[in-house]
Amino acid sequence: MALLEATDLHTYYGHIHALKGISLHVEEGEIVTLIGANGAGKTTTLKSISGLLHPRRGTITLAGRRIDQMPPHEIVGLGIGQAPEGRRIFPRMTVQENLEMGAFARRDGSIKADMERVLTLFPRLKERTNQLGGTLSGGEQQMLAIGRALMARPRVLLLDEPSMGLAPMLVELIFRTIVEINQQGTTILLVEQNALMALNVARRGYVLETGTIVLHDTAANLQQNEMVQKAYLGIE
Amino acid sequence: MQVTPELLIQVLLIGITNGAIIALVALGYTLVYGIVELINFAHGDVFMLGTMLSLTMVTWVPSLMGLRGAWLMPTPLLMALVLGTLILAMVFCGLLNVAIERFAYRRLRNAPRLAPLITAIGVSFILVNVGLHWKGASPVNFPDLLPNVNLLAGVLGLNTTVTFTLKDLLVILITVPLIVGLQLFVQRTRLGKAMRATAQDREAAQIMGIDINLTIALTFLLGGALAGAAGLAFGLYNNIAWFFQGFRNGLYAFTAAVMGGIGNVTGAALGGFVIGLLAAFSDFFFDPRWTQAVVFAVLILILVFRPTGLLGEKQAERA
Ligand SMILES: Nc1ncnc2c1ncn2[C@@H]1O[C@H](COP(=O)(O)OP(=O)(O)O)[C@@H](O)[C@H]1O
Ligand SMILES: [Mg+2]
Repeated sequence: MALLEATDLHTYYGHIHALKGISLHVEEGEIVTLIGANGAGKTTTLKSISGLLHPRRGTITLAGRRIDQMPPHEIVGLGIGQAPEGRRIFPRMTVQENLEMGAFARRDGSIKADMERVLTLFPRLKERTNQLGGTLSGGEQQMLAIGRALMARPRVLLLDEPSMGLAPMLVELIFRTIVEINQQGTTILLVEQNALMALNVARRGYVLETGTIVLHDTAANLQQNEMVQKAYLGIE
Repeated sequence: MQVTPELLIQVLLIGITNGAIIALVALGYTLVYGIVELINFAHGDVFMLGTMLSLTMVTWVPSLMGLRGAWLMPTPLLMALVLGTLILAMVFCGLLNVAIERFAYRRLRNAPRLAPLITAIGVSFILVNVGLHWKGASPVNFPDLLPNVNLLAGVLGLNTTVTFTLKDLLVILITVPLIVGLQLFVQRTRLGKAMRATAQDREAAQIMGIDINLTIALTFLLGGALAGAAGLAFGLYNNIAWFFQGFRNGLYAFTAAVMGGIGNVTGAALGGFVIGLLAAFSDFFFDPRWTQAVVFAVLILILVFRPTGLLGEKQAERA
């Protein structure tokens, strides 16, 4: 049984039919990537999983349990963490407070240790624990968004375009950290427009176009796929 | 009028006491605006109903005991009556505010901003009319509960004409701890942090595991409870209850909240004291009939020259 499984999702914004029957699954321990052009429905898929949007049709299960009609705060408690598109960190809270908010759903005592773990993963945040989130650079905000999501100790981490707007060196750093987080045991569903980097770190990938999945294969096969090369990797 | 240091101190004391009451109401505006970006025009009228309920309590309980007034009750019972009335007014106004949010504002949360604003004005009309039917059209006397003892000359034996009575002290004892307590609540507690997070980014708060419906309800509960306490304090201090009192005092408090940078909790508290002092000085040294105009001129000046408020520079990051 897959850890996370979505079957035939149809999600709407009012009358706009944004997802037209998306099915995907993520196995325990995997990095799976969802690639596609701007407006394909990647963010809508993640928001449907995290409960910010509710699909009108279809089901989502986490470890066999239906979550598709649950409110987002309950879904976090069951083990889905998210670093949303645009980072969405709390601008008037310090780095430390932002990380503490990430652990909001937890009641156990090991939050300090996880804070240490996150600050070891992102040493740049460690130097800035008392700085307000709104004053961080884009790259630092992205690190904080990922770190904040990790503070919930998610079973599945949803990452929405973590490389967006970052300088190439920072993109490298973020992707290396994503692999490290995965090796430490967190399953990852990675949404990216940067298909090149995403397919390098992922095991499998889905290609999304206008609300439907047009391709699903191993990352290695997708890298060799002619259509993917043309449309997403810039190879003629 | 001869301006003496004693007169200045007297006006200062009046300004601070009134300011504390305004600050309590201002906190309700700012908390609610901070979290749902709604100027809750009904808030002043929740405060008015707090005064009405307090008035009912302090007249009805003594009459049950066969007394002509609360001031005839034995001191321990009187203290219990004041405390009980305070708690009741806070609970009543808090729950009223929660109900208003639940039934009038919640379903409009994602509607264009004008819709909840107009709804708030509608709720305000309803509450004003409740007040009108409850206590009539004329201002009603809010009885003195405590003996009229001047603490400075009478108790401390100071050689001064400045008066600071037992009643003034009671008003300070009701208002100031609540103002300070709210600051601590918002800064230090888990729920306070949930409120701040929801105010800064509602969607991000949700994926942290925060139940935003609960958090927004809690915010209305706190704002309403503070308005309830302010309602009792207002009645005690001014010896008056009037169905239309929420309008003027609500606007004063709203001005205080704007002055502090709407959404800014510390700013609203400070703004309350500033408006209280401004009104007191205008009353004494200018003309009480002009005080409203002075306060609203200040509101307009702030909105024109410093729309983020005097402390509100952080608002710029909101977007
Ligand atoms: N809030 C919204 N209201 C209406 N339509 C939206 C909204 N958000 C996204 N959409 C539409 O849904 C589709 C999918 O968007 P999205 O999931 O954000 O795409 P992606 O993340 O792949 O760029 C697009 O056509 C977009 O215009
Ligand atoms: Mg997107």
